[in-house]
Amino acid sequence: MTAIEVEGLTKRYGAKVAVDDVSFAVAEGEIFGLLGRNGAGKSTTVDCLAGLRVPDHGRIRVSGHDPVRDRQRLRHVLGVQLQESQLPDKLTVAEAMRLYASFYRQPEDIEHLLAQLDLTEKRNTRYRKLSGGQKQRLSVALALIGRPRVAILDELTTGLDPVARRDTWQLIDDIRNQGVTIMLITHFMEEAERLCDRVAILHDGRVAALGTPAALGRPTLEDTFVTLTSRAMTSRRTS
Amino acid sequence: MKMLTLTEARLLAREPLALFWGLAFPMALLAVMGVSAGDVGGVPLVTIYEPIVIAFVSVVFGLQGLPVQIAAYRERRILRRLATTPAGPARVIGAQLIVSLTVVLAATIGVLAVGRLGFGVPLPRQLAGFALVVVLAATATLALGLLIGALAPTARSAGAAGTVLFFPLMYFAGLWTPQMSATTRHIGQYTPLGAAAQALRDSMAGAWPHPAALLVLGGCTLVCAAAAARFFRWE
Repeated sequence: MTAIEVEGLTKRYGAKVAVDDVSFAVAEGEIFGLLGRNGAGKSTTVDCLAGLRVPDHGRIRVSGHDPVRDRQRLRHVLGVQLQESQLPDKLTVAEAMRLYASFYRQPEDIEHLLAQLDLTEKRNTRYRKLSGGQKQRLSVALALIGRPRVAILDELTTGLDPVARRDTWQLIDDIRNQGVTIMLITHFMEEAERLCDRVAILHDGRVAALGTPAALGRPTLEDTFVTLTSRAMTSRRTS
Repeated sequence: MKMLTLTEARLLAREPLALFWGLAFPMALLAVMGVSAGDVGGVPLVTIYEPIVIAFVSVVFGLQGLPVQIAAYRERRILRRLATTPAGPARVIGAQLIVSLTVVLAATIGVLAVGRLGFGVPLPRQLAGFALVVVLAATATLALGLLIGALAPTARSAGAAGTVLFFPLMYFAGLWTPQMSATTRHIGQYTPLGAAAQALRDSMAGAWPHPAALLVLGGCTLVCAAAAARFFRWE
């Protein structure tokens, strides 16, 4: 079954076309990477998938749900880690977990998730006192607490040190092995090569390339990415 | 919803400054008036100040607390994050309203207790009318706070707007000049806190609050709440 279907997604902000006729499909259990430079349309695509924005055109299904019409059902099956989303300073890790668990019908076991994300020792620490990596891991934990079928993780390793990044990669693998479909939004080509089954490279709101990292990455994914998304390429394509 | 309310209550309990201004300060202020044992035209200061202090309580939570909280939750993308969960972002605002209203009522009871036990100020003689005014004063200031929270782009600007509004509103309640001139009093009765202070005074003395005062408070609640709903931005 298809976990995420996007067909002809278009979203404009005034005269600016943020996402222009984007289509892709993500299979159940797949780790799918959404790559692109800043302003390429990644965040708008994520917002439309999460039901935070209404597309101008196109069809979206997440686990069979339309993010606009079936918003409430979507919220039960989709876990989202948003960029730069924070928590109240004085809320502790365990309190945040209990709060978010209370939103879902059959939440994941809190202690299990804390252990999986290496946060057990920090359970009584307030949000403000957490390190960047710990905040990031808590944010991932909150995205997973509702036992989602699909998880969207936006720049989850940005700001992490190399060791923490490797740990997070392991975690993503573990989550996928539990049957969760994962959409990763990332700037790190190494991360996409290491984790993603397939990637889509967005450029100027369009899908510039779509395929496995191995097929796209000649000689490396980063080379392909730079070639496809550099300004020179844009002018050549439009001329 | 229960868990959200509990969480918001817990977070408030961790804000010593908010609790000081909203709970401890009003009681202390009344006690100072009581100890000073002054009077204006034969009426003890403590009796004059009790309704003003009670009006002050809703202003602290409605105008200073709530808007900053809402703007901070928007600024830190907490509302946006909640919009992706089954709970949705509106409920956290609801939880804050419940907590604020509860604390306003608790602080009001505290102020009444200090006045009665410490200085023999009689409890409100028109109790039903008094309770109605306390609730309406709270809803009016909370609705005004919601509106500020809806319009202010950042927590900092929400705090500034609340503070700027605090002075004129509390001036007409008589915080600095309990003996107001006839003109000031006349203008004041059309402001939410002026109306609240007057209605609280009347109901404490045993009269049913004037319908005009109830109308001002109810109207302020409805207009501000409707405007807040109209202009609210989740991000």
